[in-house]
Amino acid sequence: MTTLAVLEQRDGVLRKISYEVVTAAQRLGGTVEAVVCGVGPVQGADQAGKYGADKIVTLTNPAFARYAPEACAQALAERAKQGGYQTVLFAASATGKDLAPRVAAKLGVAVAADITDVTTDGGDLLVTRPVYAGKALLKVKVASRPAVVSLRPNVFTPVERRKAGAAETVAVNVPAGRVTVREIKTAPAGTLDVAEAQVVISGGRGLKEPANFKVLEELARAFGGQAAVGASRAVVDMGWRPHADQVGQTGKTVSPSLYIAVGISGMIQHLAGMRTSKVIVAINKDKDAPIFKVADYGVVGDLFEIVPKLTEEIRKLHG
Amino acid sequence: MKIAVCIKRVPDSETRVKIAADGKTIDEAGVKFVMNPYDEFALEEALRRKEKAGSGEVVVVCLGPAAAQETIRTALSWGADRGVLLQADSIPADPFQTATVIAAELKGTAWDLVLFGRMAIDDYSHQVGPLVAELLGLPCVTAVSHLDIEGTKGVAEREIEGGIEVVNFSLPAVLTTDKSLNEPRLPALKGIMAAKKKPLEVKPVQAGTGTLEIVALMPPPERKEGKIVGEGAGAVGELVRLLREEAKVL
Repeated sequence: MTTLAVLEQRDGVLRKISYEVVTAAQRLGGTVEAVVCGVGPVQGADQAGKYGADKIVTLTNPAFARYAPEACAQALAERAKQGGYQTVLFAASATGKDLAPRVAAKLGVAVAADITDVTTDGGDLLVTRPVYAGKALLKVKVASRPAVVSLRPNVFTPVERRKAGAAETVAVNVPAGRVTVREIKTAPAGTLDVAEAQVVISGGRGLKEPANFKVLEELARAFGGQAAVGASRAVVDMGWRPHADQVGQTGKTVSPSLYIAVGISGMIQHLAGMRTSKVIVAINKDKDAPIFKVADYGVVGDLFEIVPKLTEEIRKLHG
Repeated sequence: MKIAVCIKRVPDSETRVKIAADGKTIDEAGVKFVMNPYDEFALEEALRRKEKAGSGEVVVVCLGPAAAQETIRTALSWGADRGVLLQADSIPADPFQTATVIAAELKGTAWDLVLFGRMAIDDYSHQVGPLVAELLGLPCVTAVSHLDIEGTKGVAEREIEGGIEVVNFSLPAVLTTDKSLNEPRLPALKGIMAAKKKPLEVKPVQAGTGTLEIVALMPPPERKEGKIVGEGAGAVGELVRLLREEAKVL
């Protein structure tokens, strides 16, 4: 049994989420073949062996300098058809959410999308997917061969399981396609996406005005590049923060190691988006706020006094 | 501009999910159903494109139960010209089957654009749009947050981790829409009255079962009871100690 783990790169560098895909793949047992589309060698792809890949294949094509949805989908679908794979695994990242359905459609199947758990039961692949933004979990049996699955970011913590992964480079002949990425406008250096950050600090109405989010940004910086600043729907709807930062049912669902909710009351649609966080801290002036019901640790009081103090303490830890 | 907007009827985002007796679906008693919020951006965009072009047609397509007629009427009240309900008792658990039914309906018409919300807030599958695009052989851009169209050339922006991808594509195309694309309108009373007279065709459909089988719908694991560490800035020291020593996340 072989699993095809689809890795992701940007600007010729493997994205860290790729190691999560390899880690999940090796949990299925059998052989793990990792594959990445690149214009040439992808920096970091050789590390995939460290997390359990038996073989690392780089598919090269001039179109792969940037994400080329149609060309990548064609190359990967052709690979998937040849290989007799049991499962094809993607990350449910922005790229993976775009790419996995294209590949699946070419294989005539659906994606078991954004899963948080995967097991095999006899010959069956069983996955768990949060639905209704995590208000419920759906257990699904995937009967297609190959099964096409995408993994929620931050759930499958990379585990080192060193294998001497053999490397192979294959030039693929596919057209560039009708959809091409002409540029990437990058966010300021060091900006992490809330869906991928290890620490998420979200603010709500309690921040009182948009400029006050700087207290959260300072706290995020104190975590030394591991933290992202999120927001509740209320403040996104008021235009204080971009939608990209919204955590909740109509925003992103996040699973960081540490989620700090600041000045957020805890509407059900927000709780849905962050309840799978490993540890939740709530800071709110209202001791009866629903957010305290899901928080592991709560501090009641004025966030403008509490957060700067917390920033100071975290800075001490991170030196 | 001839534009199809594919919408879904979903439980409102404030819904408290109760699991039905079958252990596989939600208990719909007392649940308020709405148009999927991401589909609102698709519908709004279609109406604006048609208004800008000065002519054309916006057709709303929905796979769902008979009650989804109400969801289609809402879309018509916003200004869509007509609706098609692909009526099935339930929506397939396998999005490929959903896509197959929708693609069969769309096939054969010369659409300039086929729009979807980037995902539905109930099943979170975020794939019916790109699946339909593949089945129709059309170019597809997902999670569009900004859109410019000039003739048959389009430029879309989509959010990726740490940035924005600027994407060139050609029309006709399938696009899935994200929240920042536009500000959906509020339906006016006039629109609600007009919607009652607009054509709404109901076509019974039979979706295949596919390869995804629901085994169980379960409540998420309860989080264990948390604690209030204290009040004010004075509690921060203890909070940090607990995060380090008990939760071990620092």
